[in-house]
Amino acid sequence: MNEEVRLMKGNEAIAHAAIRYGVDGYFGYPITPQSEVLETLEAEMPWETTGMVVLQAESEVSSINMVYGGASTGAAVMTSSSSPGISLMQEGISYIAAAELPALIVNVMRGGPGLGTIHPSQSDYFQATKGGGHGDYHLIVLAPATVQEMADFVGLGFDLAFKYRTPAMILADGIVGQMMEKVVLPPARPRRTPEEVAKQCPWAVTGKKGRGHRNVATSLELDSAIMEKNNERFQRTYDEIKRNEVRYKTYYTDDCDYLIVAFGSVARICLKSIEEARKQGIKIGLVRPITLWPFPYDEIAEIASHVKGILVVELNAGQMIEDVRLAVSHSLPVHHFGRMGGIVPNPLEVLNAFKQKFGL
Amino acid sequence: MNQDEIIKQGTKVYSRPRLMDDRNMHYCPGCSHGVVHKLVSEVIEELGLEDKTIGIAPVGCAVFAYHYIDVDWVEAAHGRAPAVATAVKRLDPSRMVFTYQGDGDLAAIGTAETIHAANRGENIAMIFINNGIYGMTGGQMAPTTLEGMKTATTPYGRRVDLNGYPLNITPLLAQLPGTCYVTRQSVHTAASVRKCKAAIKKAFQAALDGRGTAVIEVVSTCNSGWKMSPAKANEWMEENMFKAYPLGDLKPLE
Repeated sequence: MNEEVRLMKGNEAIAHAAIRYGVDGYFGYPITPQSEVLETLEAEMPWETTGMVVLQAESEVSSINMVYGGASTGAAVMTSSSSPGISLMQEGISYIAAAELPALIVNVMRGGPGLGTIHPSQSDYFQATKGGGHGDYHLIVLAPATVQEMADFVGLGFDLAFKYRTPAMILADGIVGQMMEKVVLPPARPRRTPEEVAKQCPWAVTGKKGRGHRNVATSLELDSAIMEKNNERFQRTYDEIKRNEVRYKTYYTDDCDYLIVAFGSVARICLKSIEEARKQGIKIGLVRPITLWPFPYDEIAEIASHVKGILVVELNAGQMIEDVRLAVSHSLPVHHFGRMGGIVPNPLEVLNAFKQKFGL
Repeated sequence: MNQDEIIKQGTKVYSRPRLMDDRNMHYCPGCSHGVVHKLVSEVIEELGLEDKTIGIAPVGCAVFAYHYIDVDWVEAAHGRAPAVATAVKRLDPSRMVFTYQGDGDLAAIGTAETIHAANRGENIAMIFINNGIYGMTGGQMAPTTLEGMKTATTPYGRRVDLNGYPLNITPLLAQLPGTCYVTRQSVHTAASVRKCKAAIKKAFQAALDGRGTAVIEVVSTCNSGWKMSPAKANEWMEENMFKAYPLGDLKPLE
């Protein structure tokens, strides 16, 4: 398959990008608003072309444990779900992180808590960036704002997951999952051969052939002295990720008096608000964190050093704002504007909220 | 005379299987796990599957199975071994993949994974150690605990009005079209050990050949949890466990 320009939903882009990246396996369970990922994969029948395994599991619990099993073998495996389903997966995600396995998990967020709503939200920020499951671990969390990024972050997520042997998550909101946009799909590349997997992943559980010693994927260690060393190793990996992998985009930050920080599709709404504000003579800039973990603390602090105040706009009650406040250490006013329950604000609403918060 | 000199006299009639590591087991003396581990090791060696076998260890007493049997392993979360095995097998069907689970793992927390993997006819073998109790956590009630049986969480005996009935899950699995072979064995006598080994061998070959899900339940003792001597535990098993869980093939391999 060559590079191709298509019009499609973000969820469909995830599926097409996965096939073209050479993903070995997808295991998922239907849940709105992301079922198109599994539906598209089933319709495309990649097992006939690339040999990719696609399986509808009996639950999200099973899906994530299939991902754990697949990842143990050095395969590039993934799942996708939406908020309640991702909550069910947390134990498995913790195991994958603790066993130091690469995997990709897609969360197309809907509003919670509980069964909540099927409409868009960003209220799983804490869950995704602060742990979610038990124990001291982190995911590499990528926040797409466009259908193009939905496609691009599949490859980026796997590249980072394999580089650091740690699971990565695409944290998308329901808007990016459901909206249709032009997307450039990358040319297809072949799945890795067993020899390539063995070379890239000498730890992989593939059967002892050619090795002599056995490989074991496990997160269990009852000797506390060793378990502490394991945790220290995990933390060194996270420190390395923090040093190397912070990603963000800035807009209008060169001359701004104020700053908006927003991620995902909300950043695009805010960009419209900022353009309208500039017509009115209010110079606002925008920082859009792309990696929510690792978070661009230093980069936001740097820009914040020459602005009067920050507004954090999210589809939640105020989650990322805690990281923004950490970044700027209370050196300037940081306000929050959020909608919840599946409501998405329009650009004017954001601008009005901005003016009200800063008395403009 | 040391061990090597004795062996030189041609008196060696039995030894540890090559695929079993020479290390102390954490299992209690008298426990069935050690015997089943030995059979698994022998079968893998005899079938020549050492290099293509992947075992999926449970949470429970057998959580450290990967310490003893020298093949590749994945240590699964509690109850999820069949889901883990599903992916490991599907991603490379040339592998021989088996799960090794206890009653709590397979028939309580992992019931959904067990039934759905078997119903999809995943080409895996499931070894199911049923001793009617949670060993690792200190002898609590299992789904297969018999009525009236005392455990740490049924100190006055299992009452069906409070705790429900013992779950006889293996006949359920035998009803599913995805299973190719379902059998119930034990390892408490020399004859039963031989029969159990033959069953494991049949199951592993069936899983390798892609014939569907093969299930070997091994009705077992937990003399520590049951608070009995190993000999007494074997007697108690024959008198009580075998009534609720009679031995034999529930679905012969066709």
